[in-house]
Amino acid sequence: MSDASKKVLLVDDDVDFLEQLKMRLEAMDFEVLAADGETAAYELLKETRPDLVVLDLMMEHMDAGFNLAYRIKKMDKSIPVILVTAVESQTGMGFGTGGWLKADAVLAKPVRFEQLKREIQRLIN
Amino acid sequence: MERLRVLVTDDEPGMTAAVERVLKDYCVSLSGVTGEVGFEVDTALTGEEALEIMEQRSPDILLLDYKLPGISGLDVLDRVTAGEAETLTVMITAYATLETAVSATKRGAWDFLAKPFTPDELKSTIRKAAGSVILSRQARRLAAEKRMVRFQFISVLAHELKAPLAAIEGYLHIVNDRVSGDDLAAYDHVFERCMIRTRHMRKLVMDLLDLTRIESGQKTRELTQTDIVEAARHAMETAEPEASQRNISINLEAPDSVLMRADRAEIGMIFNNLLSNAVKYNRDGGSVTVALAEEDDTVTIKVADTGIGMSKEEVDRLFDEFVRIRNERTRDILGSGLGLSIVKKLALLYGGRVHVESKPDAGSTFTVTLSKQPAPDPVQLADTAS
Repeated sequence: MSDASKKVLLVDDDVDFLEQLKMRLEAMDFEVLAADGETAAYELLKETRPDLVVLDLMMEHMDAGFNLAYRIKKMDKSIPVILVTAVESQTGMGFGTGGWLKADAVLAKPVRFEQLKREIQRLIN
Repeated sequence: MERLRVLVTDDEPGMTAAVERVLKDYCVSLSGVTGEVGFEVDTALTGEEALEIMEQRSPDILLLDYKLPGISGLDVLDRVTAGEAETLTVMITAYATLETAVSATKRGAWDFLAKPFTPDELKSTIRKAAGSVILSRQARRLAAEKRMVRFQFISVLAHELKAPLAAIEGYLHIVNDRVSGDDLAAYDHVFERCMIRTRHMRKLVMDLLDLTRIESGQKTRELTQTDIVEAARHAMETAEPEASQRNISINLEAPDSVLMRADRAEIGMIFNNLLSNAVKYNRDGGSVTVALAEEDDTVTIKVADTGIGMSKEEVDRLFDEFVRIRNERTRDILGSGLGLSIVKKLALLYGGRVHVESKPDAGSTFTVTLSKQPAPDPVQLADTAS
């Protein structure tokens, strides 16, 4: 499988959602790095360059997800970033993928795994 | 300055002009209102004209003559009473008999002004009416605020209940899809997480029941001579398993017994919530100290931990419902967010209060003072406690 040993960084402060995503992606033979917050994500990013990042936009600080997305893109523009957010469904506020944030995909929470899987496969190959 | 709208309806132009003149520069100061209250006066010579004006903007106070050329004053009054606007109607009448007064009152008039009246009589009537308008305005505002608080509470509650459900559902799908294969042992931590989330969801529901019972005042309280020290020991035993798992010691500093008239279950709730927090937000290997003291008419309960502590801003928000201090250190700690509002409401039932001192990374001390005096009626307390 071409996805084998590709590294996916998951960042979400919902530890159960994080665990569930991890299990599912591991079942697809991805190597999964899970971070339950900004700090943990920065630690992991020091040592590893992931092939893709799935990032929850709203963590304990309102702008944690934005900062992280920005830092990752600044570090390496070619790393695809998928933003996961409940904000769109809660406020009707759209982010899109063409804005300053330059996310490669934006998914609304609750995320259907099939949809996330499609986006990951599209972006990682 | 707050301005109330007055509409004067009388078929004598001299009369409406006089009222306008008197009220134009009249100001009253009323209790509960900062600054003075002034008046804006509209006039109408017929009932039809009055209704037309009222359709545009409804007055706070309507001065209404009984005898009008077209539709009568009482007809106008009926329309005002049937309408949705909160207008106080003062009937003006040249022949104030008990009969007319009774019939108009039945139909919704608030007061009377007998013709002819002096400027002072007019002012005194308007002053009374203004007081009533302001009062009911404040009552409405308060009721609206209460509804809003209730609404917010329910929407946060719904969210808090949805979160564990979503987590458990996600795990069920994982097992159902055999994501980690057919070996059940591969799902041990999945089941464990489901049980943890279920347990906390139950705790939330239980806390919610406690809280609503306290707030509604419907909980039957059994005030008996209660030993606070014994209640503390009991709560310590309850907290012990979780504490020892994380090497946290719980110590008691208290006399042999401290007696007060109290409801055992309520005192138990106070201790359980405080101790559960002190353990939950502690560091591994830390300690919890429960100190009890008695002084004349008060009993003081102090629960100190050596935990993560809080900043001043966090302490300020602490007693609000569903406020859980969210930061990196508290992320993995589950709680209902209701515990401390329960403690605070219970303390109020005993004429007491809750005080917090906290230092980030050093620990927090919660001090609850309870009065040994007979507790006030919890029904009255429902308002002040919220």
